[in-house]
Amino acid sequence: MEVFAYQGLIGLSSAMYLWLISAGLTIIFGVLGVLNFAHGSLFMLGAYLGYTLYGLVGVPFGLAVLGSMATVAVVGAGVERGLLRPLYGLDPSYQLLLTFGLVLFVDDLAKLIWGGVFRIPPIPEWLQGSVTLFSRPYPIYNLFLIAVGLSVGVGLWWLFDRTWWGRAVRATASDREMAAALGIRTPTVFSSVFMLGSALAALGGALSTPVRPVAPGIGAAMIVQAFIITVIGGLGNLRGAFAGSLLVGVLSSYGTLWFPEFELFFIFAIMAAVLLVRPQGLFAR
Amino acid sequence: MLTVEGLVAGYGGSVVLHGVGFSVQRGEVVALLGRNGAGKTTTLRAVVGLVHVHRGSVRFRDVELVGRPPFEVARRGIAYVPDDRRIFPDLTVEENLQLARYASGREGPWDLERVYGLFPALRELRHLRGTQLSGGQQKMLALGRALMSNPELLLLDEPVEGLAPLVVRQLEQTLREIRQAGVTILLADQNLRFCRRIADRGYVLDKGTVRLGGTLQAITSDEQTVRQYLAV
Repeated sequence: MEVFAYQGLIGLSSAMYLWLISAGLTIIFGVLGVLNFAHGSLFMLGAYLGYTLYGLVGVPFGLAVLGSMATVAVVGAGVERGLLRPLYGLDPSYQLLLTFGLVLFVDDLAKLIWGGVFRIPPIPEWLQGSVTLFSRPYPIYNLFLIAVGLSVGVGLWWLFDRTWWGRAVRATASDREMAAALGIRTPTVFSSVFMLGSALAALGGALSTPVRPVAPGIGAAMIVQAFIITVIGGLGNLRGAFAGSLLVGVLSSYGTLWFPEFELFFIFAIMAAVLLVRPQGLFAR
Repeated sequence: MLTVEGLVAGYGGSVVLHGVGFSVQRGEVVALLGRNGAGKTTTLRAVVGLVHVHRGSVRFRDVELVGRPPFEVARRGIAYVPDDRRIFPDLTVEENLQLARYASGREGPWDLERVYGLFPALRELRHLRGTQLSGGQQKMLALGRALMSNPELLLLDEPVEGLAPLVVRQLEQTLREIRQAGVTILLADQNLRFCRRIADRGYVLDKGTVRLGGTLQAITSDEQTVRQYLAV
């Protein structure tokens, strides 16, 4: 029983990476209608930048994370304004081709700048150590991840539900023509949403640096899981992305414990099961 | 206030308007008349910037609007009420209204209190989501939402379509009040009787061109025109 609860907690913390990356993916899809293949690359870029600032330059961890988020947000704005904007109104396959091209480009760029695999910098002092949960040591860093993930959830809910920016975004998402006719600067909404999504991906990436190795290709690994999660939750649905992340994170944690050889299969099995029951995803209207 | 000249516009490759021209003076109520497919809706959408304009000019208070994005047209004081209402389904009635004021960035006499005063029913419904309203209630909300942006010119597409006769009477009264508040109105409708009661002047559209312009009285007394372009 205790093994079960403990393994669930482990899954909960890895669900938080998944949540941070799929939150951005689903917001961007919901508002812009763009399925951003390169979203995993933004996660990877966030990880590399976090690693560089914190592990190589020696910037305090918190600042390194913020710096990584800000940089990737600017990169995201550049991608949206410079590359995606000319493709709106064209067949969606152009967007897929472009963002898939970006995946390859960013991977090679990362190899060029950072080389192969890195050693992992130590966990910042104030987050080291562990507490005993269910008679087992549970890393404080994992608790920190869970706290950040939940805070982001509350923050996003507040942003979309309680601010005028959020209402303007929701209006644009449901009817961009009418939103524009009311005076909402829809191009600015698009850019800011893309920046927000990029920053969330970078947050996930930067938080992963002290515990997971960053290497070219992790972007592709993350995007597959994030796609599965957003499909499970309902494309464009934030609550769905949260529930999907928990589901995939926790269940695949049990999967690795009991059926380690089937880890990836497990995720696809969850998706298939959900889609058989609710083809539109858990939270889609 | 609004001068449209030689407007050629359409969707994608197809051209719907072949040189539409008309004008609206400050304080007037002007009607665009014509059958379905005559180009009324496209004309309104072209003014707002939602349709691609190939040639021609739309001047609003001496500023050329062609080529400007829709949000800028809205911020200059033109509010558009589409025939299919286009209420934001995720937002409550009150959020729909307030968003319009926030989005346009325009100050003026129209606020929540005044719009609720004009449409008391909306006050009762203010916490409901847009999709929970009936068609008639959505029409009220779409009109109220447009007013919240404190427009100088209000564009109404098919305002009475699908409304019960009693509701049409109420809407006439409402539009008179809006007009008395200093808002100029350009509407598109095929309901001649309604237009005759509410509009000063009208233009008859057919196949994307203006066939005739004049007072509503002159237009409706011209049997030839009514039969050829307006009779359903």
